[in-house]
Amino acid sequence: MNIVVCIKQVPDTKGGVVFNPDGTLNRAAMLTIMNPDDRAGLEAALRIKDETGAKVTVLTMGLPKAEEVLREAIAMGADEGILVTDRVLGGADTWATSTTIAGALRNIDYDLIITGRQAIDGDTAQVGPQIAEHLGLPTVSYAQAIKVEGDSVVVERQYEDRYHVIKAKMPCLVTALSELNEPRYMTPGGIFDAFDEEKTKITVWGRADLKDVDDSNLGLKGSPTQIAKASDKVRKGTGEKVTDLDPTEAVNYIAGKLKEKHII
Amino acid sequence: MDFTLDKKHEMARKLFQDFAVNEVRPRAQEVDETEIFPRDTVDKMVKAGFMGIPVPKEYGGQGCDPLTYVMAVEELAKECGTTAVILSAHTSLCIDPIMTYGTEEQKQKYVVPLAKGEKLGAFGLTEPGAGTDAQGAQTKAVLDEATGEWVLNGSKCFITNGKEADVYIIIAVTDIVEDKRGRKQKRFSCFIVEKGTPGFSFGTKEKKMGIRGSSTYELIFEDCRIPQENLLGVRGKGFGMAMHTLDGGRIGIASQALGLAEGALQRAIDFTKERKQFGRSISAFQNTQFQLANMATKVEAAKMLVYKAAVAKATQKTYSVEAAMAKLAAAEVAMDVTTKAVQLHGGYGYTREYDVERMMRDAKITEIYEGTSEVQRMVISANILN
Repeated sequence: MNIVVCIKQVPDTKGGVVFNPDGTLNRAAMLTIMNPDDRAGLEAALRIKDETGAKVTVLTMGLPKAEEVLREAIAMGADEGILVTDRVLGGADTWATSTTIAGALRNIDYDLIITGRQAIDGDTAQVGPQIAEHLGLPTVSYAQAIKVEGDSVVVERQYEDRYHVIKAKMPCLVTALSELNEPRYMTPGGIFDAFDEEKTKITVWGRADLKDVDDSNLGLKGSPTQIAKASDKVRKGTGEKVTDLDPTEAVNYIAGKLKEKHII
Repeated sequence: MDFTLDKKHEMARKLFQDFAVNEVRPRAQEVDETEIFPRDTVDKMVKAGFMGIPVPKEYGGQGCDPLTYVMAVEELAKECGTTAVILSAHTSLCIDPIMTYGTEEQKQKYVVPLAKGEKLGAFGLTEPGAGTDAQGAQTKAVLDEATGEWVLNGSKCFITNGKEADVYIIIAVTDIVEDKRGRKQKRFSCFIVEKGTPGFSFGTKEKKMGIRGSSTYELIFEDCRIPQENLLGVRGKGFGMAMHTLDGGRIGIASQALGLAEGALQRAIDFTKERKQFGRSISAFQNTQFQLANMATKVEAAKMLVYKAAVAKATQKTYSVEAAMAKLAAAEVAMDVTTKAVQLHGGYGYTREYDVERMMRDAKITEIYEGTSEVQRMVISANILN
């Protein structure tokens, strides 16, 4: 069984957000992480690998620096990595991105494609389902549980107040939620292997390697969506709800918190 | 000369950092307060492959180098000194001598499960009357010619991972020889002893100032019979083996000390930026700035010595001086920086609500165990005067 997990290197928003003058993100100036939903998707694939011996390939589109996120995935247990990078692919919106990734996936033998639900830098949740459309595959989004049964996958698809259990025949595409699982850590030995040229090969593809795609659907020129303006979110604390306190305890609790922060 | 870490070491540090912040930090205060060995954290370290970092893959390890291991201990110590020393004693003092001196059978039988984390390791040299004067050790092992077993009698004290370990490296007197002038001299040998061996029991648990979750116990041997094949290395060469093992162990403790200093420095930076007195952050005062500058400089210097010793362990046959300098510097920096971090926290730093209080208590032991700072000075001076 071959599983391809599409992952994205995204800015680590904990480290602060930096914009270019044109309103796009200055990715080079920001710390990066593997997108959390994608990491959960990778973990789901690795659990299937642990059970069935499936081969797990990770694929990413991005700057050459995005190779790091592939090595990180390999250090967690993925078998190989593919980096799709080319200047002409830059500035892509969801349409151009999904066109590009689908063009890369047409070169690969897959049974199951897993993507994250959405990336924390764009929050569109469009790329996964669009890839499935390009490839003519069934898609199940918002997976909170994934298991393989014979030639099908059984997925719990999350809704606000319920979930659906959906069985889909492979090949198909599933989009994963970060709450799907608790991703494993890389192992120290996995990291060493991921940087060992003899053990790990990162395949790099450019525009010429994409199959059945039209230039008019790629990069900034092929992107119907243009960013008018982007700004940093005003950060709010998540807050804390404390219940079951009587008035005296509540006062003491609040006073304690204020002292802790040196406000009083 | 290049002082930058390569990409794989950078990624390894990120792994250790993430693990320490997510898994170790939330438990550190409780581990200190309750003095309970953090078995759950150890289980997570096992799963993440931390228990055999510098051990070759064919022996169940991760196939990384001493520098990677050093960074693991360092990052753990930034959050919890106890967790760091559990890993250090296990790796440097138990696995390392078996890897260095063990037979293929011993490596398969003991290193593989230790490196996989199925078993935990410990090391016993110190005795009530033999600390810095390690040659004063009295524990004896006598070969029973009839059965071919070694019979161990005596006790060891202050043993890290004491009651929690499964495999122990024990140093005991096996022979008394006369030198040229007719003076009697002890000859030591090393043994691999398994928990549960009849005649092997535990004495009192030490109540300590710091690293309070670390299981520090007395080990007692009463006619404890060890199979002959558990003699490690050459009979009579045990003292040198123990000293060489401690060279490696000192790099582990130096990393622990470095991590404690770095952790305390970061907390002092965060606190002084937030804490306001006289209408401004105390980090705006020159005294604070100069203190932090001194602390950061000392930490960086210690780090260079620790990393240099780690690289020496990978590339040199002997590294006693590098290890001694790294431990001496890092331990004294840890004590100094944690003490200053408490001072910069003022009254809050003296309370157990703040990590620096625990870190200062944890730092003290790094000047004492695996060779006091005075022993490190003896090692270094003997080398430079020779």
